[in-house]
Amino acid sequence: MADKPNIPDEAETRARWGAFAWSEANAAKAKEIIARYPAGRQASAVMPLLDLAQRQVGVETKTQGWLPVPVIEFVAAQLDMPYMRAYEVVTFYTMYNIAPVGRYHVQLCGTTPCMLRGSDDVMAACKNHGLQKGKTTPDGLFTLTEVECLGACANAPMVQINDDNYEDLDFDSMSKILEALARGETPKPGPQIDRQTSAPEGGPTTLKDMVAANHDYRGEWK
Amino acid sequence: MLNDKDRIFTNIHGFQPWNVDAAVKRGDWDNTRALMARGQDAIIEEIKASGLRGRGGAGFPTGMKWSFMPKEPKPDRPNFLVINADESEPGSCKDREIIRHDPHKLIEGALIAGYAMRARAAYIYIRGEFIREAETLFAAVAEAYAKGYIGKNACKSGYDFDVFVHRGAGAYICGEETAMLESLEGKKGQPRLKPPFPAGAGLYGCPTTVNNVESIAVTPTILRRGAPWFKSFGREGNAGTKLFQISGHVNTPCVVEEEMSIPFRELIEKHGGGIRGGWDNLLAVIPGGSSVPLVPAAEIMDAPMDFDGLKALGSGLGTAAVIVMDKSTDIVRAISRLSYFYKHESCGQCTPCREGTGWMWRVMERLRKGEADVSEIDMLYDVTKQVEGHTICALGDAAAWPIQGLIKHFRPEIERRINETNGNAAMMEAAE
Repeated sequence: MADKPNIPDEAETRARWGAFAWSEANAAKAKEIIARYPAGRQASAVMPLLDLAQRQVGVETKTQGWLPVPVIEFVAAQLDMPYMRAYEVVTFYTMYNIAPVGRYHVQLCGTTPCMLRGSDDVMAACKNHGLQKGKTTPDGLFTLTEVECLGACANAPMVQINDDNYEDLDFDSMSKILEALARGETPKPGPQIDRQTSAPEGGPTTLKDMVAANHDYRGEWK
Repeated sequence: MLNDKDRIFTNIHGFQPWNVDAAVKRGDWDNTRALMARGQDAIIEEIKASGLRGRGGAGFPTGMKWSFMPKEPKPDRPNFLVINADESEPGSCKDREIIRHDPHKLIEGALIAGYAMRARAAYIYIRGEFIREAETLFAAVAEAYAKGYIGKNACKSGYDFDVFVHRGAGAYICGEETAMLESLEGKKGQPRLKPPFPAGAGLYGCPTTVNNVESIAVTPTILRRGAPWFKSFGREGNAGTKLFQISGHVNTPCVVEEEMSIPFRELIEKHGGGIRGGWDNLLAVIPGGSSVPLVPAAEIMDAPMDFDGLKALGSGLGTAAVIVMDKSTDIVRAISRLSYFYKHESCGQCTPCREGTGWMWRVMERLRKGEADVSEIDMLYDVTKQVEGHTICALGDAAAWPIQGLIKHFRPEIERRINETNGNAAMMEAAE
């Protein structure tokens, strides 16, 4: 597809990743994951194992990781499935990176609920910071991807950076987040305005007893 | 307005911890064994009597769905419960709140529902992008195992039941039940032809029921408080309480649990802080997530927010994801962006959807800019009708409906753009 990144040269990739194997901790994790599925159905573990492998590549390259062909082959072999079946999975699901990404993978939601609340401004903040859609910055720090709905619509607009959501953004707060990341800091995830998760701004309209204490409503049941 | 004591998800905003000790203090895992002791058929009957309809969008009666499962599963073909936490519908963000703030309601519900349908285990399929939410869910499941609530002899009921969490990896289509089963089996998430239905041959070819997170998470409370209590909310045929997700052009977007059939105006005034710029500034509402057609302001303002009330308006309740658009909205762009979403998320299996979603998006983009001919509006409508109903799953329908809703209600706006652009072109020619 035209909008897919180019897969890196296979000979180079093979030289670098041909000897890929689980780290000790991940080998144990992989075993635990496979045990979640019935015997003979180990192919079910392909998605979690690919995710684990991508994360290990990420740790080894100090980025958010990607899936070189030899790594996919390694996972397929462990699950006793043909390489092509695993490769199909990698290309079907958007969270598997088939080309390297930066240290911070900025995934900006641009779907209608975020668009209505100003995701264009958030995108402008990224552009202003030198990020380009579908590309990694020359310093290898940021990769920007426009993604489809990330399921935080009551906190729109939002981005996911690595494993954390940053919500209720505008141009200024997004700029601050990118600046903080560039300095090596970790900004506080969640809503960037004064708000508790998905409760209305200015305080909840319901269940106010829950704010101060873990209230048990059973006493009020009839 | 619903009283706080009648809300099921009391920790929905996460003011208090999600962990098992806090959840038990709020009433979860309270003598679950006694609920199970009522017997499998009695539980199904109670859920049927409560009028609970599936919370994932289609609104199929949950109790009836459970009753389709084989009553005496064979050892080599066990029953499975699959819980759909692949919440990816634009506008929807309720399952996320349940999972990260009240996960034990879901796990307890999984045990009870799984027991009622004689399932051996539940797989909770959570969307891949819910990374922190999945961490919470894994931890909550581990807590439930440690307490003996699930696993061998779950809650000392004598019933063995496992709960596993499976993370997706970013594919909207996996929210379709058979695509989810494919994905769970380690394949591309492409929907299966039905029949056979999952209750006959689902996960690993075994009988399977797929339920939404909210449908499962409300069941323990329904059993504790009784079907009549649940049925007392909402209009006939639309029973219960529901998590509404209000996004878009309201003053305070939020997720809130309310009574079914609450009028739109009341929902927005009480929880959404009103429409941005006042009620006269309301343009249109998508009342149930991106897959349902939009409803113009005048029709929705006093409509009841439930399955039947919104169906009567030519739309649907869907997941109760209410996307509000005020008069500043570029309505053609808003719908065109949804067309792009469906183009992106089509699994590519059926030709009408694979080719049609891209085609529809490209025409929508031209309509947005006005670079089209007025006759193309009818052509686009005609093509949506050719996609709708001609695909294995409902993604084709979901891609077609928003466009049909736009053409039905905002045709003059599309024509205005076309005339404006063409008018400018004619004037430029004249000037040359």
